[in-house]
Amino acid sequence: MKFASGKLYLLIAAVISFAISCWVPMDQYVREIILTIGINIILAVSLNLVNGYTGQFSLGHAGFMAIGAYFSAAITTFWAPQWLGASVDLSSGLAATLVFFGALLAGALLAAVAGLVIGIPSLRLRGDYLAIATLGFGEIIRVIIQNTDAIGGSRGFTVSNGYTNFFWTYLFAAITIYVVVNLVNSAYGRGFLAVRDDEVAAEAIGVNTTKYKVIAFVLAAFFAGIAGGLYSHFKQYLHPDGFSFLKSIEVVVMVILGGMGSTGGVIAAAVFLSLLPEALRFIPQKYEEWFGIPLPHLIDEILKNRMLIYSLLLIILMLTRPQGIFGGLRRPAFLTSKKTSAPNAIPS
Amino acid sequence: MNQFIQQLINGLSLGSIYALIALGYTMVYGVLRFINFAHGDVFMVGAYVGFYAGRWMNDRFHAGPSIPLAVAVLAISMIVCAILGIVIERLAYAPLRNQPRLTVLITAIGVSLFLEYGGQQLFGAGPDNFPQLLPNYAVLNTAAFTITTNQLIVLSVTVALLIALTFVVLKTKIGTAMRALSFNPTAASLMGINNNVVISFTFGLGSALAAAAGILWAVNYPSINPLMGLLPGVKAFVAAVLGGIGNIPGAALGGLILGVTETLVVGYSDKLHIPPSYRDAVAFVVLIVILLFKPSGLLGKSGSEKV
Repeated sequence: MKFASGKLYLLIAAVISFAISCWVPMDQYVREIILTIGINIILAVSLNLVNGYTGQFSLGHAGFMAIGAYFSAAITTFWAPQWLGASVDLSSGLAATLVFFGALLAGALLAAVAGLVIGIPSLRLRGDYLAIATLGFGEIIRVIIQNTDAIGGSRGFTVSNGYTNFFWTYLFAAITIYVVVNLVNSAYGRGFLAVRDDEVAAEAIGVNTTKYKVIAFVLAAFFAGIAGGLYSHFKQYLHPDGFSFLKSIEVVVMVILGGMGSTGGVIAAAVFLSLLPEALRFIPQKYEEWFGIPLPHLIDEILKNRMLIYSLLLIILMLTRPQGIFGGLRRPAFLTSKKTSAPNAIPS
Repeated sequence: MNQFIQQLINGLSLGSIYALIALGYTMVYGVLRFINFAHGDVFMVGAYVGFYAGRWMNDRFHAGPSIPLAVAVLAISMIVCAILGIVIERLAYAPLRNQPRLTVLITAIGVSLFLEYGGQQLFGAGPDNFPQLLPNYAVLNTAAFTITTNQLIVLSVTVALLIALTFVVLKTKIGTAMRALSFNPTAASLMGINNNVVISFTFGLGSALAAAAGILWAVNYPSINPLMGLLPGVKAFVAAVLGGIGNIPGAALGGLILGVTETLVVGYSDKLHIPPSYRDAVAFVVLIVILLFKPSGLLGKSGSEKV
């Protein structure tokens, strides 16, 4: 992709999301779903940089999200009112916007620092070991939050202002996609694919594999932190259990379903998996309308068990189509460069 | 000092449960070179099979807590889980024998989630109270420390199973085949070993040990739920890595060390200034330290990965 055209797309995305957030009315339910989709896109696309393009299997994404969520929420809830004094109105207006933007960036930077601290030692590990080590770090982050009383600990944390809106969410989603796509398609970014395709060969031809892995990890952590900040100012209530290993798995499922190393596919999977629980909620209702009898109890129960469906999706997908539903397909023209296209093979 | 002995006893009893689970990880890694993520959930299924078997026998035969009841429950659970392990391997892992390791790892995560949430569907999401299998009382109650029958049972069942396992692995034909397979699968199959049978057997053996661990866990901590396998599973994996993955005595040693460490950190939490709720982080810290300084584990052979 040419740099200029990428910037153009980014600008268009920003303008459109601003216009939508200003002029398109949304009821509470639709807004909730749409914002969830946006946050999931940020999480999945950023994790795809590590798991898909660089071929390092991380299971700790929720930990970085938690850092961003808690730190930015602590800034807007505790510190900003303290520093700015009572005279500044933080519920809306320019000051509120600036505080929110600053808090998002601060949360993301702290998550990136955590990514650096965790990434340098653990990225020496490979495959299964890396997966377990990142899982461990993610859980440690959660345990630390659970034991920090200042941010609510296991009671949970109520965030005072719900700043997150359509504009912020989709602006950052567009930035995430822009950064990841441009990075991977740049000459520099070929290093990520080289590390994934054959680490030893990449090292032999002079690619600094450790550096690439750490960069991917830190960038992914940064965007996970942004997603966390958006999440905390959207839900306005945080609980450490919401950032457990299962949240990481949810994002991993998006990446795998979309096809590791295919940004378009991962976005589609993020949208699909965010809509899935809502769609499943309607099935029993519609079934009763159409057939006049309620859905059998067992099927109804299974449809409510989202993780059970995810697990079946994972197993069946790996047995039948390990490259993901969208992986290996030709990518839409606006995501592929004209001269070279990134290979979509699954890392071994 | 008194407190130390008490903590040591508690730690050994917890550690032997970790050791039993860790053996399954290590044996599967030995023959297939992959981490069976779903192993911790087989442990959970083991506890639930014991729960239903124990309750059924209590209703049917009005058997109060007694040795025959305990032995029957243990045996049923081990057999059911051995079959479960073999079925999982046949259905989910065997078709992926020549696929990249990451594909198998993702499948294993899928199987693990399937058992957890399928278990929630089947057994109900809330905790269940495990029936008492044996009367529990303090065998030795001195001023210094207390040993309960439950702790003795855990230790003696673990020791018995470890001896049985050592016998199987070292003295029987199938055990020799297992060891041959872990050295070199191709050469083993050229020598007339049916690799698929040996792999199935390994999964069955590992899952039976996990089931035994599940029963022992439930005897000590009677509140069981479908997600109970997650943390002990990961900790047992840490134990297997600590001892050197692929190494059977290493897994047992790693389990004991981890159990004792965890109990000591919790027991001395006020002196160490670590809140006791950090107990689940202990295993991960141990894992990260061991992976950074001695990735081959305490008893493992270090070798470079072949290209």
